[in-house]
Amino acid sequence: MSPARMGFFTDTSICIGCKACEVACKEWNHVPEDGLDFTGMSYDNTAGLGADTWRHVAFIEQRRPLGLQEAGVAHDGADPSDPEARTALRWLMSSDVCKHCTEAACLDVCPTGSLFRTEFGTVVVQEDICNGCGYCIPACPYGVIDQRKGDGRAWKCTMCYDRLLVGAEPACAQTCPTKSIQFGVLDDLRERAAGRLDQLHAAGVTDARLYGHDPSDGVGGDGAFFLLLDEPEAYGLPPDPVVTTRDLPAMWRHAAVAALALASGVAASFLRAGR
Amino acid sequence: MAECHPVGFQWVMEAKSRGATVIHVDPRFTRTSALADMHVPLRAGTDIAFLGGIVNHVIQNERYFRDYLVAYTNAATIINENFADTEDLDGVFSGLDRENRKYDFHTWMYEGMEVQAASGSRDQEYQDRTGNGSSVSEAARGESHGSGGAAIGGEPETDPDLLHTRCVFQILKRHYARYTPEMVEEICGVPRDLFLRVCEALTANSGRDRTSAFVYSVGWTQHTVGVQYIRTAAILQLLLGNIGRPGGGIMALRGHASIQGSTDIPTLFNLLPGYIPMPHAHEHEDLDGFVQGEAPDKGFWAEMKSYTVSLLKAWFGPAARPDNDFCFDYLPRLTGSHSTYETVMAQMEGRCKGYFIVGENPAVGSANARMQRLGMANLDWLVVRDFSLIESATWWKDGPEIETGELRTGDIATEVFFFPAAAHTEKNGSFTNTQRMLQWHHAATEPDGDARSDLWFYFHLGRIIREKLAGSTDPMDRPVLDVTWDYPTEGPVDEPSADAILAEINGRDAEGRPLASYEQLRDDGSTTCGCWIYCGVYADGVNQAARRKPGGQQNWVANEWGWAWPANRRILYNRASADPDGRPWSEAKALVWWDPDQGRWTGHDIPDFSADKEPSYSPPDGARGAAALAGADPFVMQADGKGWLFVPAGLTDGPLPAHYEPQDSPFPNALYRQQRNPVRQVFSRRHNRYQPSGDEPGSDVFPYVTTTYRLTEHHTAGGMSRWLPYLSELQPEMFCEVSPELATERGLEHMGWATIVTARSAIEARVLVTERMTPLRVQGRTLHQIGLPYHWGPNGYSAGDAANELASISLDPNVHIQEVKAFSADIRPGRRPRGPALTALVEEYQRRAGITEKTGTEV
Repeated sequence: MSPARMGFFTDTSICIGCKACEVACKEWNHVPEDGLDFTGMSYDNTAGLGADTWRHVAFIEQRRPLGLQEAGVAHDGADPSDPEARTALRWLMSSDVCKHCTEAACLDVCPTGSLFRTEFGTVVVQEDICNGCGYCIPACPYGVIDQRKGDGRAWKCTMCYDRLLVGAEPACAQTCPTKSIQFGVLDDLRERAAGRLDQLHAAGVTDARLYGHDPSDGVGGDGAFFLLLDEPEAYGLPPDPVVTTRDLPAMWRHAAVAALALASGVAASFLRAGR
Repeated sequence: MAECHPVGFQWVMEAKSRGATVIHVDPRFTRTSALADMHVPLRAGTDIAFLGGIVNHVIQNERYFRDYLVAYTNAATIINENFADTEDLDGVFSGLDRENRKYDFHTWMYEGMEVQAASGSRDQEYQDRTGNGSSVSEAARGESHGSGGAAIGGEPETDPDLLHTRCVFQILKRHYARYTPEMVEEICGVPRDLFLRVCEALTANSGRDRTSAFVYSVGWTQHTVGVQYIRTAAILQLLLGNIGRPGGGIMALRGHASIQGSTDIPTLFNLLPGYIPMPHAHEHEDLDGFVQGEAPDKGFWAEMKSYTVSLLKAWFGPAARPDNDFCFDYLPRLTGSHSTYETVMAQMEGRCKGYFIVGENPAVGSANARMQRLGMANLDWLVVRDFSLIESATWWKDGPEIETGELRTGDIATEVFFFPAAAHTEKNGSFTNTQRMLQWHHAATEPDGDARSDLWFYFHLGRIIREKLAGSTDPMDRPVLDVTWDYPTEGPVDEPSADAILAEINGRDAEGRPLASYEQLRDDGSTTCGCWIYCGVYADGVNQAARRKPGGQQNWVANEWGWAWPANRRILYNRASADPDGRPWSEAKALVWWDPDQGRWTGHDIPDFSADKEPSYSPPDGARGAAALAGADPFVMQADGKGWLFVPAGLTDGPLPAHYEPQDSPFPNALYRQQRNPVRQVFSRRHNRYQPSGDEPGSDVFPYVTTTYRLTEHHTAGGMSRWLPYLSELQPEMFCEVSPELATERGLEHMGWATIVTARSAIEARVLVTERMTPLRVQGRTLHQIGLPYHWGPNGYSAGDAANELASISLDPNVHIQEVKAFSADIRPGRRPRGPALTALVEEYQRRAGITEKTGTEV
């Protein structure tokens, strides 16, 4: 019997932005350092997911309140002693990762079979098979998978397949001090996430929403889903991701019809020529 | 806390998920603020005004826990009539000796009773108590720190109704009456509505059924009034009944793993293990004189001689005998303060010739980094042990002074030895955390190459020195030859057994059996113990610190995980969790209680109290030691068994905290005419000039307030992080954090460069403009603050200027800690000048501000 589908639930409402997940991921998976760039994007200096960043913590400073939180700041000349005049501020942090889609386009387009679906329902690149063709890269609706410079092969989160095989949890989830990153049976995580969402709504954090949890979405639901505190776009996530290979069968049908028409046309011309 | 202690912060998050209110008071909106219910920004350096305001709120609105306050604190104790408060003397206390910049504490005493300090400066009383001459060096007075306290004579007079005009409660009430919400707003820049919300949240969550905890770090300690910051919190927690109870307390979060351990078994100049004070250079002082001068008669400190003799037996073994005072004369004697900063001064004056730097990086991490390097440039030899070639090891060839031309490599005579160090994963040992809990760690791998543990280094260094001195008849060499240095070694590099050292620390009886409790220690030489408070960590011959029974398999106190001093008690003074009759104050907050059937104290935690002392026990006349404290006196280390709101002895700068401005402040003190802590330590030197403050001319040259801090991604002065690519890429460069308003005012561009200038130096940093930095309204004007992480220096994979170039050496007089959490500065766009032009820029600022050697040195 194959094991249950495993997944990540990343609850960004309790992420403290420590980036331990980024470091643990790199340490365990031997992902190389990829540049000392001061980006000026708040405390985010790794900028986004890529071949050499499999966990990425976004830092988003917004002039909006976080539930009933009192931020205490006053900008644009506002009188700080006037509670009504003080400006709002919230600092969102979120650890992004490969979504391990139910319908994974990267896997669909991989011509070598390097990308495969594991017994845990996760999507993994086999580095000894990948030939660096790069088809998977434009196929990913989230822009996650990427080619490593000077290497050419495609790399991304494996949900620590090697650790799962021996019954351990992924490095990022194990190291996360606040359990913002939770690893477990996907169905259980979805249930837990729904409960957490209710809790936050009751606490006045009405912006809270789940992302990637719904099996009826454009990718059939994500194996790694999130609790966000804003629109997905605020975190650099596509609002309505669609598996890029969803239309492939239809496209192939259209292509087949076209090819058939072309072939019959060609044949007809020969027939005519034969006369 | 989320920034610097992310692992510990998980418990704050768990508490929050159970309904706790989290309040974050910090000049900056940090990762902690992001997860808190309320962020309260304040001007750096004004926390005593803020906390004092809460004290005033609690007293004026009668929100204190009266039953606890009257029974367990010295609120009712009457102070002698010669005491004069800051209220009477416009900002200073009675006893101030302006000429010598110190206080005579005699007028702070209880009426009818002289108490020895519970901690802090116990040598103050040596002369009174022994009748002998004072310390050989006057500067030495106030240098014995420790813990303990007792009555010499009489009982204190009290007024349980708290109405006597000289009772502590009334003095406290008068002292803080001027710390009004309006004054808090004026000084701290904290709006009244926010301040009152904090007061309400804290008081609503304190009392019989609820408790609140304070958590602080070096944002409170690194000031010229650092100790008094913590004292203000202690007063507040005692008023609210939040000490010795579950969910209460004041937690000090440390900057490194086992900083607690390094004060318990100290790397400090003024302490022996277990907070026994280091003896002073009194003429003809012997062991009995030392104990008489510094130990109390009541409470557990009354047994200080047993602790000291057992320590000397552990150190000097058979050589320590009753007829030679157990080698008490082998102990060094203090002739003054020998803190790290005074050591730097001694280096510059040529009096200190050699220096060990172990796991520190003063050329980046200590205040006035240039003074640190100039001191090192004046040594004969320097030993540095670290993972990488940190700035403190290479300043002689590539330090900032080489660039400015202030130093030339060829002229530096210091011989520098660099030794690669093993990491904690490569050695066995213990970490002691802020809860006083020891947790053992086992080596996971052997260190690479020549890297060795500190244990290895000092053991073999001692072994080789002893071999070289063997046969010497010089009395000066006797202590080194007599010291017990017989630890078993193991493995390929002859690593000393850390386990054997823990066993020595724990101590043994006359038959060599491990001791189980410090109550077994004797003063006749029959017991050994390397640190009395750690006695029991190796009880039954088992390394108790290595216990790892999961929390789910034991009660919520989890006494079977690791081991906490003293006697594995997890919450200190937990007798206070029960009422005077021994019953829990409430079911929700039950921790330990008196079981009348068994005639014992019992509960979830191990009682921090004599196990069979009834709540109704009243000490007979002439009782001493623990027996001299009553059954309702929870603070068993104290002379009077009480929590001290008012400190009659032990502090060098006053019995009550008062707000003083930082050494370099753009604001005058709005509370008193006294601007700064009158007895702070200042060292005006050519490279350590102070700035005009408040209304003084030139103060406006440095109009902003700067604070330094750490980021999650790096560790202190960078030795453990700036060489690591995975951490460096997360925070790759030195930067400063400024508000959009300050950026506009000074023309700073986001991601551009800024130069920050003080009277000491100028540094450059990338600019991070963020609304997390907020302007404040202080004393009628807008104040901008500048945030500076202090991790960077010129070496390493990720490099940058060091924030500590800017800070002055100005110290708290109790613990000699530097004021780096609040000082004034200027900021300007662009990179700093190079070479001699850098020195010229700083000199130009000094001229503009009219700075002389006298500036900022007033009492």
